[in-house]
Amino acid sequence: MTTDAIQIAGVDKVYPGANPVTALQGIDLDIADGEFAALLGPSGCGKSTLLNLLAGFEATTAGDLKVYGAPVTRPGPDRAVVFQEAALFPWLNVWENVVFGPKVQGVPADQYETKARETLKLVGLENFSEHLPVQLSGGMRQRVGIARVLVMEPKLLLMDEPFGALDAQTRLTMQQLLLEVWQALKKTVVFVTHDIDEAILLADTIYVMSARPGRIATRIPVDLPRPRTLDTLTDAHFNEMKKRIMHEMRGH
Amino acid sequence: MTKLSSGQRGKRMVLALVLPVVFLIAWEVLGRFNLLVDGLIPTPTAVLQAWWVWIAGAGGLSLNPYSGTWAINLWYSLERVGQGYLLAIVLGVPLGVLIGWSRIAAQMVDPSIQWLRPIPITAWLPFSIALFGIKDFGAIFLIALGAFYPIVVNTTQGARDVDKNLVRAARMMGAGGGALLRRVILPAALPSVFTGLRIGLGIAWTAVIVAEMVAVKSGLGYVLWDAYYVGRMDVVIADMISIGLMGYLSDRLIVLIENRALTWRRLQSY
Repeated sequence: MTTDAIQIAGVDKVYPGANPVTALQGIDLDIADGEFAALLGPSGCGKSTLLNLLAGFEATTAGDLKVYGAPVTRPGPDRAVVFQEAALFPWLNVWENVVFGPKVQGVPADQYETKARETLKLVGLENFSEHLPVQLSGGMRQRVGIARVLVMEPKLLLMDEPFGALDAQTRLTMQQLLLEVWQALKKTVVFVTHDIDEAILLADTIYVMSARPGRIATRIPVDLPRPRTLDTLTDAHFNEMKKRIMHEMRGH
Repeated sequence: MTKLSSGQRGKRMVLALVLPVVFLIAWEVLGRFNLLVDGLIPTPTAVLQAWWVWIAGAGGLSLNPYSGTWAINLWYSLERVGQGYLLAIVLGVPLGVLIGWSRIAAQMVDPSIQWLRPIPITAWLPFSIALFGIKDFGAIFLIALGAFYPIVVNTTQGARDVDKNLVRAARMMGAGGGALLRRVILPAALPSVFTGLRIGLGIAWTAVIVAEMVAVKSGLGYVLWDAYYVGRMDVVIADMISIGLMGYLSDRLIVLIENRALTWRRLQSY
């Protein structure tokens, strides 16, 4: 963890209008290469906005925002995004959704097909390639959402409350899956969530955000050992951390 | 989309047929007793006979100008509708996608379409004849113009309503302008496109009949007006039914294609 994956300095985001809304104010954030960072906060704290800025979906109002040294100007496959509602193309089957990225980038089929098959297997969907998204459960759809970005081998993974729409049981399964995937691939991840348990379980570092205007309130390193599993959730140390974070969040 | 049992299906069929059958019987009986406007309106059986001669010919030497000309006139109309409709699709769908997607395209093209649209295609008839003469293209022009409006308007709407996250996802995966329009905007807009296609097809049939009545010397529309002039109401009615049948069958064809193209959509509505 030497080079910085993400460097954010003095970033503001203001939505203009009759009553301008300051979504983010004075954001300073450095995320190391290979770090799993969680942006934790209540709704309206601007955590999704920050993710959209990193993705290049929206432009900053002020400040510097760099990903691997390059200023972000537009969306691109180097900054893969996993959306809350998966955002799969409903007219494409699982396989076509997964190979969409390499295909539109003009990568020859023989160069991505093996990788795509491996990735489908990694997320446990190797027997569902012909299914349409509508025929899948929410959890399975999100597995496709993860597979289609892993296929592109991005350096940075941006996840916007990816398990927020799932039921509690499925969410646990997906967290387990993400832990395994991350353990295997060690990508830099920025993970937006409002779930404290989820943030502690997954992240190396938690950035607690506060609302109106959106700011980063605290940086909390999570020193739970890896590899982690769902058992970590019942660990004594886990509960101590949770207590501390809840205290922090109430303080702001 | 619930499946009906064969019993329910049969019951529906019977209910649907009650009105037409009663109507036909009443028509026939009234006609037999000469109660239909001084014999001006022929009975259903007379219509069927005239239709049969129109289709198969009278046999032997006949002075009936309509004898055996049904298929060729049907073909003329069908060909014109096909050509005009295809032209409307080829122009309307890509333009609609573009207008729906690009604000600049919308601001440049959309107002012109909205200003031209209130002119009914029937009002274009003299202009079309003046420009293209009594020729096929006059009819094709009217059909294309008439079908173009609903196709372009509905495609625009569909392209405008595409889920923002789908566009973001595609751009995140590296899709540029062309790939985005072709692989995301167009398929996402397809349900609306098909709505436009079905409305456009109805207008295309209206346009071909009007154009053939006035601007061309062949086709179902031409026969319709010609038969009226010589007092052949039996042929007029057979012609009307032929047009209706063609409209119905071509609409079914579009629905069939739609169901194939939009399997994902049908599954979603379960």
